[in-house]
This record gives sequence, structure tokens and C-alpha cells, in this order.
Amino acid sequence: MGIRFILMVNKQGQTRLAQYYEWLTLEERRALEGEIVRKCLARNDQQCSFVEHRNYKIVYRRYASLFFMVGVDDDENELAILEFIHLLVETMDKHFGNVCELDIMFHLEKAHFMLEEMVMNGCIVETSKANILSPIQLMDKAH
Amino acid sequence: MEQLKTIGRELAMGSQGGFGQSKEFLDLVKSIGEARSKAEEDRIVLSEVDILKRRLLEPDIPKRKMKEYIIRLVYIEMLGHDASFGYIYAVKMTHDDNLLLKRTGYLAVTLFLNEDHDLIILIVNTIQKDLRSDNYLVVCAALNAICRLINEETIPAVLPQVVELLNHQKEAVRKKAIMALHRFHRKSPSSVSHLVSNFRKRLCDNDPGVMGATLCPLFDLISEDVNSYKDLVSSFVSILKQVTERRLPKSYDYHQMPAPFIQIKLLKIMALLGSGDKNASDIMSMVLGDLFRKCDSSTNIGNAILYECIRCISCILPNPKLLEAAADAISKFLKSDSHNLKYMGIDGLGRLIKISPDIAEQHQLAVIDCLEDPDDTLKRKTFELLYKMTKSSNVEVIVDRMIDYMISINDNHYKTEIASRCVELAEQFAPSNQWFIQIMNKVFEHAGDLVNIKVAHNLMRLIAEGFGEDDDDADSKLRLSAVESYLQLISEPKLPSLFLQVISWVLGEYGTADGKYSASYISGKLCDVADAYSSDETVKGYAVSALMKIYAFEIASGRKVDVLPECQSLIEELLASHSTDLQQRAYELQALLALDARAVETILPLDASCEDIEVDKDLSFLNGYIQQAIESGAQPYISERERSGMFETTDYHPQDHHEVPTHALRFEAYELPKPSVPPQASNELVPVPEPSYYSESHQPISTSLVSERESSEIKLRLDGVKQKWGRPSYQSTTAASSTTPQAANGISTHSDAGVGSSSSKPRSSYEPKKPEIDPEKQRLAASLFGGSSSRTDKRSSSGGHKPAKGTANKTATVPKENQTPVQPPPDLLDFGEPTATTATAMDPFKELEGLMDSSSQDGGSSDVMGLYSDAAPVTTTTSVDSLLSELSDSSKGNSRTYQPQTSKGPNTKEALEKDALVRQMGVNPTSQNPTLFKDLLG
Repeated sequence: MGIRFILMVNKQGQTRLAQYYEWLTLEERRALEGEIVRKCLARNDQQCSFVEHRNYKIVYRRYASLFFMVGVDDDENELAILEFIHLLVETMDKHFGNVCELDIMFHLEKAHFMLEEMVMNGCIVETSKANILSPIQLMDKAH
Repeated sequence: MEQLKTIGRELAMGSQGGFGQSKEFLDLVKSIGEARSKAEEDRIVLSEVDILKRRLLEPDIPKRKMKEYIIRLVYIEMLGHDASFGYIYAVKMTHDDNLLLKRTGYLAVTLFLNEDHDLIILIVNTIQKDLRSDNYLVVCAALNAICRLINEETIPAVLPQVVELLNHQKEAVRKKAIMALHRFHRKSPSSVSHLVSNFRKRLCDNDPGVMGATLCPLFDLISEDVNSYKDLVSSFVSILKQVTERRLPKSYDYHQMPAPFIQIKLLKIMALLGSGDKNASDIMSMVLGDLFRKCDSSTNIGNAILYECIRCISCILPNPKLLEAAADAISKFLKSDSHNLKYMGIDGLGRLIKISPDIAEQHQLAVIDCLEDPDDTLKRKTFELLYKMTKSSNVEVIVDRMIDYMISINDNHYKTEIASRCVELAEQFAPSNQWFIQIMNKVFEHAGDLVNIKVAHNLMRLIAEGFGEDDDDADSKLRLSAVESYLQLISEPKLPSLFLQVISWVLGEYGTADGKYSASYISGKLCDVADAYSSDETVKGYAVSALMKIYAFEIASGRKVDVLPECQSLIEELLASHSTDLQQRAYELQALLALDARAVETILPLDASCEDIEVDKDLSFLNGYIQQAIESGAQPYISERERSGMFETTDYHPQDHHEVPTHALRFEAYELPKPSVPPQASNELVPVPEPSYYSESHQPISTSLVSERESSEIKLRLDGVKQKWGRPSYQSTTAASSTTPQAANGISTHSDAGVGSSSSKPRSSYEPKKPEIDPEKQRLAASLFGGSSSRTDKRSSSGGHKPAKGTANKTATVPKENQTPVQPPPDLLDFGEPTATTATAMDPFKELEGLMDSSSQDGGSSDVMGLYSDAAPVTTTTSVDSLLSELSDSSKGNSRTYQPQTSKGPNTKEALEKDALVRQMGVNPTSQNPTLFKDLLG
């Protein structure tokens, strides 16, 4: 299945964006997010950007105060996911300009729209920034 | 520090779309952003729930307002609270004509609902309508929703339209239609089985996005059925070749790497197709070789591709050259300073070791470094590697290490895994039984509640069977050592239940066997156990049975039994126990104490746990007795079945012992002990082979508290007693009968699978242990890898790779620049161009990671930030100059200065305007949570 979820959580452990590609109940999500954040926060920058958690592997990357965490299956290429995160951040940066946590909070739906373009069924389907952003730009223009 | 840095920093608010949002929304976001604790956040969200509940009921809510409400609902759920009261509004919004609103509606619905939610039915209709829309973005939105919401039942409602859309003129639509089909295939393969040819067709789509997406379903299809897709091998190879030759539009480049994510997917597919297929592997070898040569190992993405190549090579049948290239790549990974790369290297090693077992040897020191690294992730990965390379020569070192690690961690999930690996390795490679028992003790002591119950039975069996054949002396030594180790451990607080069961059993069987420990000493210990774990009935049951054995052995050997006062009170307590099982055991024990030596010996012969018990199901030994009874006028027995003519009832009647009831009623428990009376010592039995019976009873033992649970041991000896408490006709006869001896010894009829196989292995070889607890790495290396290595090796190797690393960094920039001119003319849609070239000069990742370092350290980080502002070109597409200089500015004062060199001039200005706007609305950067404003890429 590849990607099982994508989370953006800040240093205080507050969720800023959550997208799950398999169904989890609210309680499960809450618990999962808490556990993962605790694990990732406990790590330092020299350590691997990968953490095993239950049957997930978490690939995470920190930008300023925000952690991007992607839960993947065991046979996923971790380095590629790490770069996927960066591609996502670059894409958001291209759209928002100097993207920060607040951008994502104020434009939650747009961040989701980008993800919708990039990932479907837990697979990476689009990696061209132009293609990812063009529907969003078109929508912006229409308003 | 962080605050200082951010205070006065300009708000770099989103540059797009203006602020349609209301003050209320801004306030909500602001307060959530500033919440300092989960509790505070919860309070905010809960009051928001109240507000929205009221608002949503208001009449005539303007659409824009409604969209905002929907987003607020998304927030509520994202922060862990129920927003189901508003789902229906999200559903309604999907009906809207306005694209943005519609898409927001779809988004919210996909976030809120799972595919089986009742509301979905209300959306299917909308989806159908939207699939027909002239606006391709509307179609895309509907296809997105399909990928999240359509379940098996609703597939037919949209399938024809989706298939039609596969030929849509817009590539975005084709791509999403393919993914919708992919989703259908996952949900219900049969629903699209006639359509799989479409995936092949779309592979040739002239849009690379569609082609790339098609690889996802193809990967699934090929993993399910490799052989049907062998014809595509050359297509995939040729696509990969074209990608690496930069034939795709430049917009797919990522950090100068052409379409890396597509390359990786292709490599994954090739790994499937080339597995065990020499022909396919040969076709691939060329392009794989090229990749190894071309891939830029100075960037993360280049390494990601290299790693995927290694994986591919470990799956296919590679030629020696490729293997060598893979090994080289791995050694580069391992020599890197980056933990991520080391991790990938260890993983690659684990994969390659299957095909070339020698490869690990040259990296032994690197492996040991990783093993000793404080980074848990790396350590685990290394354990995985060690697990894969375990053999009888290094099993002791590896398992010892694993156990140490197992003891040190708290994560139950992983603890279970590593415990079962230890057990597996120990069972497979144990050099001696003694060692095996030691290892098992440790596993039980520290992870006893996590291991499979079978493991406990294996251990008991091993101790009982010992080395087998002839070496009785060694057997008793082994048992004594087990007993001694348990006596030591037994007083430890809070031992796992399973372990206590093993301990009790072994102490009961062998505690006094050697004569070293007195019966009262052992029985005292057993009472302590029953006492200390009084809530665990299973353990208590084991303890009582062990006591019974101890006393039985004493009585049988003619000694007088002094029941300790604490034992006496334990027995009395259990006689009144609520657990019928414990009660029965206690009564049995009490009864046994009253018997004479000869009877007791027959009931519980010494060291007879391994004897096979033959059960005469037909109870033929009773014939004489029955005959006698009939002759003296008794009525012949008519079975229940015959009497009532009803079949069902029979099973419920214990008298019918010709059939072991398959029901799990209590009767079974009474019957179980029957097979036991084991004979080894005494000698007059008529055995009837009955293997299946044995195994049947063997299994449930452990799992339940039913009295049969202990049958593995007790089954063997309870019968004599049982006749008094069990059903008279049946039990007594068994007891009498089973005194029949035969050459039952040694013939093992146990069919309990896991047990047999494992217990036999460790027996086979006893190798002298090498001393391996040497702290020095090379020693460790030698014991792990069997090779020799010295300190100097270590130094030279680490000395060797540092400079290498340095050069790698430098060279990193060079080839990139060389590459740029070679690139084909930029394709349309490439926005990233202008800055991309500047970024080539540096590895953006190194920079970024440096930044992350600095921002994470609290002390003095502002200075570090200052330093970094010189080395600013961080991202490819956006200049981060501005951010960084802003950062350093802000640390000095609150004033803002324009940075002329920012490539984002207009944006900064825009941001400034927005800043003012936001300030007006009350969002103030000086507030509690300044990191909110921090640029992510900065």
C-alpha cells in the first residue's frame, strides 16, 4: 500500500494536518499521533530519520517547528519518502512563498489539495510541482 | 531563544488568495496555534464545537461562510474531537456548483467518512453527475472522492464512467481515472478483472504523469501474478532508460535527478519481474549498471535510487558485475556519516547477504558500530541483519546481544519480536542444552508475558527429555542446573506467569531428584510462589501439582512427609477455592498424602513425565470385572444412545467413553487425566496406541484455566487419585488399567508440532563455547563474522572513509554542474528553472539539515542562524535568503528591512501587506507561539 498516513505535527505535539490512507477511528488516530510524536521528539538530529512504530515505519523530517511524518509500509524506500516530504515542502513553499506553520493552518484545505494531487491510494502519483499546483492556481484564479 | 528570533519577524503569510476568512476563523486558528497544552487545545475545540453546532442551524448561511464552517469541522476532527454533527453539511457542500466549495466539500467528506458510512450513498449521485461535467477540475474532484469513498458495493455505480474517462483528453483526468480503477482493483479485483488491459494501455500514455501513475496499479497486479506480465520487462527497462536519459519534461526533475520517484517505482517492478528469471534479469542488467554509474551519491535522492537498485539486484539473478556495484554502493552507505545512509547500508547488506554471504565480512566493524550506536532505529536494523546472518558459530554472541537489548527496551511490540527471534535462533542453533536453558530463562524472565506458550512447553520438554539416549549423567546435571537457576530466580519479584509455570513444573519434577535440596525446602519455595502470585490461578495450579509431586516422591521413597504449616494452610485455602480446578488439585493432594508408598509410586512415578501414556479406549481390561458383575446378577450396560435412540445426547454422557467428546464441556476435563497414569516404573500395562488423544489433550493445557491445563505433566499421574473424585465407573477403571506397562519409554508419540522439532535440534551438537564476552569490538567482530580483524583495521578503515566523505561532498557540486548543460531544453511547465541553477552549487540537503540542527539546539542558536544566513541558497525553487536574513535581522531588532537579493521580491511585499492585515485582525507574531511564523524551509 505504500503510504499509510501523512502527518504534520509541531514541536508541541499539536497536529496541523493529518491525512490517513486507511481508515482509523478518531481514538486510534489520537493515540497514534501522540505515540509517534513522542517518539520522534525524543530523537536528535544525528539519528536516523526513520522510526519503527508498531507495524509502521515512520519517516520524518523537521522543518523549523514542524515535523512532517509519513507512515509507510515496511518495504517502502525510506530515503525516497524522505525526499518526498521535501518535495511536498518545496511545493507548499512555491505556492505560499516562505511557507510557515501558520500558512498551513490558515489554508488547511489547500495543503490537503496538494496532497490529493501528489498521493492517491497511498501511492505517489504526481511529483511535478507544476502539475500539483495548477488545479489550485486555477481555482484561485476563479475566485 | 526561539522567541527572540521570531519576535518582530514579519508575518510571511500565504501569498495566495487573500484572506477570505473571517475574524472568527482567524481567532480560532490563532488560539489553537497558541494553545500551550493539549488540555487548553481541547477546551478551545470543545467550545468551538458548541459554537458550530449553533451556527450551522442558522438559516441562510452564505456559501463562503459555510465553507469556513466546514474547514472548522475539519479542525475539530483533526484535533481529535467528534464533528459528526456537521458531516451532513459537508455532504451538502459537494453538491455545490462552485468548484472550490465542491472540492472543499469532497475533501471534508473524505476526511470524515469511511467508505461504509451511511452518508456515502448521498454522495454517489453527485459523483456520477460530476464525472459528466465539462469542467475537468470537477471531474478530477469527483475522481479523488471515488478513490476514498467508493466501496465494493458502489463500484458498479461509477465504473462505466470511470472507464470512459480513461480516454479523456486531459491528462489529469486520465491519471485519476487510472487511480480510481486501481482503487477498484484493491477493493474488489473481480469487479475490474476484465479491465486490466487498460493499465497496460495507459503505460504507453504520452503524458508522463499518467504513465507514472499507472505504475502503481501495475505494481500491484504484477506482485499478484508475475508471469502474465513478463512481456512487459523490456518496456519497463526501456522506460527507465528513457527516464535516466532525461527524456521526461524537466518539471519531473527533483534536485537535478530526472523523475526519481518514477525510477524507483520502475525498479520495484523490475525486482518483481526479474526474480528468479535469468532472462529478464539479463535484460535489466544494462540499465541497472548504468544507474550505478550515473547516480549521484551525494544527494539523498540519488542514494534513494541507488538503494532501490540494490534492492532490485537482491531480488533478481544478477551478474557478478552488478553484485559488485551493489556491494560498492553498500559500502559507501556504511562509510557515510549520515545515520540514514548507514541504515540503508545495513538494510542493503541484509538483502545482499542472501546471495553473497561473504559480503558482510568486509563491513564487520561498520556493522558493529551500528550495533553499538545509541540510535535505536539503527540498532534494530542491525539486529535484523544479525538475525539474518546467524549460524551455529556465532549464535551465542548474537543471541546474547539480542537479549541484552531486549532487556533494555520497553516497547512491547518490538520486545515480543526480538524475544521470538531469540527463541527461534536458540532453538535452531543452540550449541548446548545448557545454553539453551539459560537463554530461555532470560527470555522468560524479561519477556515471559510476551512469548508464545509453546516456547514454555518446549523448554519443559527439553529439560525432561534431556540429551536423550544414553547420557543420563548429563541429563541430571542439566536438570540440576535448571533447578538451581530457578531457585535463584524464584524470589525475584514479579516474574511472568509463564515463567513461573515452567519453574513450578521443573521444581516439582526435579527439585528433589538430586538429593541436594530437601523436600521441605522446595515445597516451601513452591508455597511462596503460590502465595506471592495468589491471583494467578494457573501458577497456583502448577505450584500445587508440583507440591503433590514432591510429596509423592517423598512418600514413594519411604520417607516421612512433614507438610509444612504454610503448605497445609495453602491446601486448606485451596480446598475451599472458587476455582474448581484448584479445588480438585487440592483434594487430590490431600488424598495422595493419605496413601501408602506403593500406591503413590504407581500414581506418580519418579521422572516419568516423558513416558507415553497409552489409553485403552475400549476399557477392555474391565471385561473381567464386568463379566463378574453380570454373572452375579447385574444389568448389562445399555448406552444412552441405545436407550434414547438419540444421537445428540450421547456426547454429553460421560459413560460413553468410547468416544472422546468433541465438545468442550466439563467432561473433557475429567477425562484428560485418564491417559496419564504412566507406567514407566511399574510394569503391568496393556497399552493401546492412542497418539491423537495425547496431542489433543496436550494443547489446551496451557491456554485455559480448565483443569486440563496441566495435563502435560499431571495427566501422567492424577488418575490414581482421580478415581475417588472423578466419575466412579470410568476413572477408577482407568487407574487400574493404566498400570499396564509396556515399552512405552522413549517412544514419543507427541504430535505437538513446534515442540518436537525444536527440542530435537539443540540436542544434536554440543560445541565448546568460545569466550566471547570480550568487550573489544574486533573480538566481537570475529565472533560475529568468523573473520579476524584488528584494531588497526578499524582505524585505517575509519580514517579512510573520512577523507572520502569530504571529497564526496566537494565532488558533489562538480558533476551536477557538468550535468546541467547536458540537459535537454527545458520543457513547458517548469517553474523551478531560474533558481535551480543557483541551487546546484550546493547540496540543498546538507544546508537544510544544517539548519535543522541549529534550530533544534536551544543555546546560542541565533548566532548559528546568523552564520547560516551566508550560506543561504537552500531550496531549489524558493530563495530562502530572505528568510534567513530576516531571521538574523529579527534577532537584532524588530524592524524589517527589505532584502534586495530576494528572488521573491513581490511576495515579500505582499507578505508585508498581509502582515498588516493579520495584525489588524489580531494575530500578533509576538504572541505565545512564535514558531508559528517560522518559515519551514528557513
